[in-house]
Amino acid sequence: MNEVPLSHILILSTALFFIGMYGLFTRRNLITMLMSIELLLNSVNINFVAFNKYLYPGRLDGVFFVLFIITIAAAEAAVAIAIIINLYRNLHSIDVEEADDMKF
Amino acid sequence: MSASAVIFYLLSAFILVTGVLAVTTRKIFRSAIWLLFSLAGIAGLYFWMGLEFIAAVQIVVYVGGIVVLIIFSIFLTQQTGKELTAPRRRRVLFSALAVALGFVLTCLILTREPFPGIAGRSMDAGIATIGSSLLSLSGYALPFEVVSILLLAAMIGCIVVALKTNKS
Repeated sequence: MNEVPLSHILILSTALFFIGMYGLFTRRNLITMLMSIELLLNSVNINFVAFNKYLYPGRLDGVFFVLFIITIAAAEAAVAIAIIINLYRNLHSIDVEEADDMKF
Repeated sequence: MSASAVIFYLLSAFILVTGVLAVTTRKIFRSAIWLLFSLAGIAGLYFWMGLEFIAAVQIVVYVGGIVVLIIFSIFLTQQTGKELTAPRRRRVLFSALAVALGFVLTCLILTREPFPGIAGRSMDAGIATIGSSLLSLSGYALPFEVVSILLLAAMIGCIVVALKTNKS
């Protein structure tokens, strides 16, 4: 794996990050926006692992960051889906444009 | 180009193509399935880097957990056959422009940055090393406990938020 330079992995994660951003900008459905957020978090994880592997192979800090990010992403997805289900129960829609009850 | 480099470029093409399909397809169930493929490809990337434990965690938590949760919530809240409403053309145009500009700018910075040469040492990311470091006081014992408390709080919070209240 030594002949793949670090910058190529970083370009991959950048591309994945901006794909997630595109989804976040264009989608108006809460579940698809949540999927885009998962893509963003995964691109960050790739960055952490790549830096750990290429620049500090003697340490494991990047690996632990990835483990904690995955844990927090799981908690975040669970809470987000509970909120989405509650929203659907109240509004019968999970479109962000229609969830404007708290605006005055 | 060696086999390992070929595998890397194939994996990255797979991840990017399925990621683009996941954010652009109009059927929400297909979108979830494309996301599943993309996340599985990222797990393959971790395997390629020699981090078996992270790859296993990725498969168990993302592919086996989060995507299944997303699919369940799609079944609970959507008519799965129906297509999503298309975003407005102006919004698509400007988001694509913003995203492309951001990508180009970041890539310019990335390619100019001289990263120090690849260290020859291989990484010791075996499960035994990770486990003893997670539980040692000089390592990550405190964040480990804190994150377990966070998971407990998230679990209770989910139950409370999704609980059906009787409006009588």
